[in-house]
Amino acid sequence: MEHIDLSLVDWSRAQFALTAMYHWVFVPLTLGLSFIIAFMESIYVKTGDEKWKKTTRFWMKLFGINFAIGVATGIILEFEFGTNWSNYSWFVGDIFGAPLAIEGIMAFFMESTFIAVMFFGWDKVSKKFHLTATWLTAIGANISALWILVANAWMQNPVGMQFNPDTARMEMVNFWDVLYSPSAISKFIHTTTSGFVLAAVFVIGISSWFLLKKRHQLMAKRSMLVSSVFGIIASITLIVSGDSSARDIAKYQPVKFAAMEALYEGKTQAPLVAIGLIGKLNYDSITKDTKDDFLIKIEIPNMLSYLAFMDPNAFVPGIKDLVLGNEDYNILSVIEKIKRGYVAQQSLKLYKETEKTDKVLHEALKAKFTDSQWLNTYFRYFGYGSYYDDDSKIMESNAFKVVPPVSLTFYAFHLMVILGGHFLLLFLIVLYLVVINRIEKYKIVLYTALWTIPLVYIASQSGWIVAEVGRQPWVIQDLMTTMNAVSKIDSSSVIITFILFAVLFTGLLIAELGIMIKQIKIGPKDGGH
Amino acid sequence: MFETLSHLALQQYWWLLVSLLGALLVFLMFVQGGQTLIYTIGKSEVERAMLVNTLGRKWEFTFTTLVTFGGAFFASFPLFYSTSFGGAYWVWMIILFAFVIQAVSYEFRSRPNNLFGSKTYEIFLFVNGLIGTILIGVAVATFFTGANFYINEMNQSHWATSLHGLEALLNLHNLTLGLTIFFLARVLGLLYFINSIDDDVLYDRSVKHLFYNAIPFVVLFLIFVVWLLLRDGFAVNNETMMVYMEPFKYWHNLLSMPIVFISLFVGVIGVLYGIVVALIRKSTNGIWFSGIGTVLTVLSLFLLAGFNNTSFYPSYADMQSSLTIENSSSSKFTLTVMSYVSLLIPFVVGYIYYAWRAINKRKIDRDEMESKEIHIY
Repeated sequence: MEHIDLSLVDWSRAQFALTAMYHWVFVPLTLGLSFIIAFMESIYVKTGDEKWKKTTRFWMKLFGINFAIGVATGIILEFEFGTNWSNYSWFVGDIFGAPLAIEGIMAFFMESTFIAVMFFGWDKVSKKFHLTATWLTAIGANISALWILVANAWMQNPVGMQFNPDTARMEMVNFWDVLYSPSAISKFIHTTTSGFVLAAVFVIGISSWFLLKKRHQLMAKRSMLVSSVFGIIASITLIVSGDSSARDIAKYQPVKFAAMEALYEGKTQAPLVAIGLIGKLNYDSITKDTKDDFLIKIEIPNMLSYLAFMDPNAFVPGIKDLVLGNEDYNILSVIEKIKRGYVAQQSLKLYKETEKTDKVLHEALKAKFTDSQWLNTYFRYFGYGSYYDDDSKIMESNAFKVVPPVSLTFYAFHLMVILGGHFLLLFLIVLYLVVINRIEKYKIVLYTALWTIPLVYIASQSGWIVAEVGRQPWVIQDLMTTMNAVSKIDSSSVIITFILFAVLFTGLLIAELGIMIKQIKIGPKDGGH
Repeated sequence: MFETLSHLALQQYWWLLVSLLGALLVFLMFVQGGQTLIYTIGKSEVERAMLVNTLGRKWEFTFTTLVTFGGAFFASFPLFYSTSFGGAYWVWMIILFAFVIQAVSYEFRSRPNNLFGSKTYEIFLFVNGLIGTILIGVAVATFFTGANFYINEMNQSHWATSLHGLEALLNLHNLTLGLTIFFLARVLGLLYFINSIDDDVLYDRSVKHLFYNAIPFVVLFLIFVVWLLLRDGFAVNNETMMVYMEPFKYWHNLLSMPIVFISLFVGVIGVLYGIVVALIRKSTNGIWFSGIGTVLTVLSLFLLAGFNNTSFYPSYADMQSSLTIENSSSSKFTLTVMSYVSLLIPFVVGYIYYAWRAINKRKIDRDEMESKEIHIY
C-alpha cells in the first residue's frame, strides 16, 4: 500500500463532514416546507380565501431565505467528490456519475425554473399555473434528493456493477439494480420523510411562538393543522422506513449495525438497548479484550434480534464476532478477508504488470475478473486488502480498523430514534388540541413545540452521522477505504479550504438566522413582498 | 436505439452534449457580467434594485447550468472530473467559493438584519462576476494549452506542481480566454439590461458601456482565436493512441470539420451583429443574436478541443497521460443509459422557455420595485 498522509485523510473527511452537515441544515426544510406551501396554496386556490394566500406567502418567504443558502452550500458537495476524493470519483464515476447527471437534467432545472415562477409569477401567470409551479418546485426538490441518495445507498451496498480491470474501476451493468436496490428505496423514503418531519416541526414551532405572542393566531392555527397532519403521516412513514433501513444495515453492513447498538459480543435473542450511557468512550482502537461498558442501560428483550432479522430468537453478531470471526455462525474473520482482498489487489497489480510482458498470464488473470466464484471468494473483499501487512501482529491490529467509532454511532442512533418518537407524540397532541380549538390554552405544549425546533435539527444531523460515521472506514462498503479514496494534494491546502468553508458557512448561517428571525417577527404582513 | 451505437459514437454524442452545456453556461454568464456593472450602470438605490432584480430572476439558470455541466462531465468523462478537480484544486475551489457567495447574495441583499449589510452582498455579486468568468475561462483554456498531471496505470492522477491549478494563471494564452469571457459576459449583461428593463436612464448608460466593453472583448477574442489556430496542438494517433504535437492542429481541425468552421463563423457574426444592432439600430434584441452567437462559438471551440483525434485535456507533464474522449469516458453501458435520459432535454428546454417568457412578459420598471405583490431582491 502506498503511503498516504493521515492528516490529509482526516482533514479531507473533516471538510466533507463540515460542508455536508452545513448543507443538511438547509435541505430538509426545503424538502418538507415546499410541500407544506403547496398544500396551503392548494387550499387557497380551492377556497379563494385571501388569508390562505397570505399564509402561503409568509411560509414561502421563509422558504426562499432557506433555499438560497441551501443552494450555496450544495454546489460544493458536487465538486468535492472530484476535488477531495479524486480516486474515489474515478473508481465509482461510471455508476455515481449517471445519477448525478440525471439529477441535473431532471430535477435541478425543474426546481430552479419553477421556483422563479413561484416567487415572481404571482401577478404574471394564472392562479392555476402558479399552483402548478409551486407543486413542481416541491417535486423537483424531492427528485433532486432521489438521485444523490441512490448514489449514497450504492456506496453502502454496492450492486449492479462489475469491476473492469482494464480501466481499474467499477462499471455499471444494471441500472435498475442500482436504482431499485432495497437500500436505495429505504434511504430515499427515510431521508425525504425526515425532511417532512423537520419542516412540520419548524412550522408548528414558529406557529406556537405566534400563539404565545398572541399574533397572527388564525394563520398560526391553520399552519399547525396542515403541518401536524403532514407530520403524522411523515412520521409514520419515517419510522417504517427506518425499520427497513435498519434491516438493510444488519444484512449489508453488520459492523455498522453492531456499532449502532454498541454490541461487542454476539447474542441470540438479543435485547435492544432503548436508553444507554456508555462509560468509557471508545475512541482508541478496539482490541479483542474490549468489552461493552454501559453505566446504565434499559433494554427491550429480544427486540434487537427481531429488528434485525424479524425473528426474536435470531443471532445478532457483535463487533468481536465480526472482526475475529465466528465459525458457529459462519462469519469470516477480518484477517481472512484482508488476505483474500490482498489476493485480489495483487491480481490486479500483476494484471497491469503483465500487460506488455506476459500475454498468457495476462489473459489468465483477466479471466479471473469475470469468474463469479473467484469474484465471490476474493474480489468482494478487495478493499480489505489495503490492511494487509507481512507482519501478522500489525495485521491483527489492523483488523479492528474496520470498526467505526462506536460511541458516536451509538449515541447518534439512539438520539435520532428517541427524538423521532417525541416528534410523533408532539404532532398527535398538537393536532388534537388544534381540532378541539384549545391549543392556545396549553402553554406548555406551545413552549415544547418551540423548543423542539433545535431538537429536530439535531435528530436530522444524527441520522447522517449514523449513516456516514457508522460505515467508516469504507467509502464503498468492503471495496474501497476512505483512505484510498482521497485526492493526493498537500494537507495544508485542505486545511486552508476547511478553514475558509468553516468561516464562510458560519458567517452565512448567522446571517441567515438573523434574516429568518427578523422575517418571523415581521410576520405575514410585509417584509419585501 | 442508443444500444446500436458504438462506444465512440456515444462518446462523441456526450462530448457534444457537454460542449452544448458549456456553451449555454457561457451565454448565461450574462448574469455574472451584469453583476460587475451594478454600480457602473445603477447610480441610485432604485436603479441598482432594477439591475439586481432583473439578474436575480435568472441567476439560478446559470448556477444550475454550471452544476449540470459539472455533473454531466462527471457522468460522461469521469477521468477528467477526477483528474482536473482533484489536481487543479485551487482553481476549482476559488471558482466554487465565488459561486457560493453568489447564491445567497440575491436573497439576502435587501433583507433587514442581514448581518453584513447590502453593500457586502453587492460586493459578493461583483466578485462572483469577476472571478467566476475569468477563472472559468482560464480553466477551459487549459483544454488547449494543457495541464500539469500524471495518470498511473490504475487511472489515478497526480498533479505535478504544488500550485494545484494556479499555474494555469501564469499562461498568457489562458489569461486571454479568461479576460475574453469576462468582457463577453459584460457585453451580454448589458445587452440583457437593454432587453429586460424599461428605463431610459439605464438604457442610455447600458448602450454607452456596451461600446466600451465590446472593444476589449473583440480584441481579446481575436488574439485568443488567432493564437489558437497558429499554435501546436495535442493530436492523437488513430492507430497507436499515442499523443504527439502537431503544428497548426486546431486550424487543421477546423478544416477537417467544415460544420464546425461554419458554426464558428456564424457564431462570431451573431455575437458581433447583436452588439451592432444594439449600438446603431437601438434594438433591444441584441441579446438574442449575441446569445445564440455565443452558444455557437463556444460550442465550436469545445468541438475543436475534443473531436478529430485531439486530446481535450492534454498533459504537458506527461504527454501520454493526456485525456481524450475515448480514454476518459464512462462505459458503453452507462453512456447508453444516460443517452436515454438525455431525451428529456428538449422537454426541459421547453418548460424553461415557457417559464422564461411568462416572467419576462412585462419588463422591469421603477413601479415594479415598489410593488408588494411580487418577491423583490
